[in-house]
Amino acid sequence: MRRIRRWAPGLLLVAPSLLVLGIFVYGFMGWTLRLSLTSSRRRDINWDYVGAENYRELADETTLTGQRFAIDVKNIVIFTLAFVVGSLVVGFFLALLLDRGVVGESFFRGVYIFPMAISFIAIAIVWRWLLNNGTGDQLTGLNKLFSLAGLDFLQSDWFKSDSGFAIAAVALPAGWALSGYVMALFLAGMRGVPEDLREAARVDGAREHQVFWHVVRPMLLPVTMSALVILVHISLKTFDLIYAMDLKSLKIDTPALFMWFTTFEGGFFGSGAAIATLLLFGVSLVIIPYIWYSVRAERRS
Amino acid sequence: MRAALVVGKYVALLAFVCFFLMPVYVMVITALKDPAQVSVARMWDLPDTVSLDGFRAVWPKLQNGFVNSVLLAVPVSVVSALLGAANGFVLSKWRFPGADFVFPLILFGMFIPYQSVLIPMVQLMSTVGLQGGLDGLILVHIIYGLPITTLIFRSYFTGISDELIDAAKVDGAGMLRTFLYVALPIAPPAFAVAMIWQFTSAWNDFLFGVMLTSTDYWPITVALNNIAGGQQVPFHQVMASALLACVPTLLVYVLLGRFFMRGLMAGALKG
Repeated sequence: MRRIRRWAPGLLLVAPSLLVLGIFVYGFMGWTLRLSLTSSRRRDINWDYVGAENYRELADETTLTGQRFAIDVKNIVIFTLAFVVGSLVVGFFLALLLDRGVVGESFFRGVYIFPMAISFIAIAIVWRWLLNNGTGDQLTGLNKLFSLAGLDFLQSDWFKSDSGFAIAAVALPAGWALSGYVMALFLAGMRGVPEDLREAARVDGAREHQVFWHVVRPMLLPVTMSALVILVHISLKTFDLIYAMDLKSLKIDTPALFMWFTTFEGGFFGSGAAIATLLLFGVSLVIIPYIWYSVRAERRS
Repeated sequence: MRAALVVGKYVALLAFVCFFLMPVYVMVITALKDPAQVSVARMWDLPDTVSLDGFRAVWPKLQNGFVNSVLLAVPVSVVSALLGAANGFVLSKWRFPGADFVFPLILFGMFIPYQSVLIPMVQLMSTVGLQGGLDGLILVHIIYGLPITTLIFRSYFTGISDELIDAAKVDGAGMLRTFLYVALPIAPPAFAVAMIWQFTSAWNDFLFGVMLTSTDYWPITVALNNIAGGQQVPFHQVMASALLACVPTLLVYVLLGRFFMRGLMAGALKG
């Protein structure tokens, strides 16, 4: 009894938070999952049960919904690959440049990370202009810059390309926004390697690049995993950026946008709920192991 | 050889500076052009004369959204930080059985795609009459901000030695007294981190804003997207609005960057 009186006030203090999170996170997720098993459409919610009907329609490429969803899945895979790999490589390279100390480090860091403070809407508004595909008098943005620099062969239709890889161009603004963050993660990881470990390797005659390869690099695995998981989950959730770049273009459509359109414009609640559930499943696939791992790592230390 | 390497390093660093500042350059020079000078062909050229026409033309259209976002982001950052402080304190220093089980469940809330809760959220908000205005939007931001603020404060309090708390217990202080008089006074750094994080995410949010507010209560991102989406809006006005929309969060970033960074790092869990 005395022990309960010790911890009960704490539980009482967090109870309201737990309650609203229980409803707004888990309750709503369950609600969405259940809705995805109904035939709700025309802005109506009815709680009948049609099994996996909505999911079957998404997978069925003979229907319009299925065709669009197939494009979306292809798009999100291309986008995720381009964005995640690009941000990891650039972020890692930037961290490497800064790791051993440079004059003006805080200036460089400040410039590389500032996009994290800006909304994706503003980012999209500038970048959709930079990535415009006008020609002749209408030549503009990056293409214009390439032309001025005599690098015309680099010109592209970017996110308006017909190639099926148009969405890869969206990885440019997305990577612009997040590479600095990845750099910060890697930099923290590199600086977390104790100096005496590096020193010991140097005493053994290792050169600086060998020190990095044999001492620092193996210790960067956890940071790399963190960055990877965070980038993949951001990638799957990307909405504002694409919404503001080209709202109704199937070339850069993704499940997150399709969910929004089919639900709130089309009124196909059941189908929208099914896409939302699939999206949640995709995110959970990377996030649950990540949280599991983080919590366990904390308990051990 | 070594000198060449050092030069190469700075060249690379500066090349990336150009890449990261390129959109800012375009935004600023375009926003400062007068209407006659704005042309696609000359988008990379500096303006001949500096004109504030773009800002003047667009501010009346943006003002309402700007004010709404202030009225949104300020209460959101204060309230979610306070709740996060309470949660973080209990989950680190006044634990109850099952606290270790509950914490990961809370954390998961910060990673979910909001699409997976959007339909019931909109339904609930309109049922209880919280759709259309700012109240509902504030509430939703506070709730979905709880995971990250709880995480920030929990990490912060975990780093505080138990002796301080135990001393308060020996003095007979209860949970609430210990929280208010021992934990809160030492938590300003965590408050800075949590409030800046929440201010930035509320200011930059688009999805909740577009779902939950009607025209008069649009936050700045929705207003901005609406202005920029118009066919007849000249480029210098578009860029001026985008710049104006970024000012508050950029100010916070420049002035309090250290705390902003800590929030980013906390968001990566054990990164």
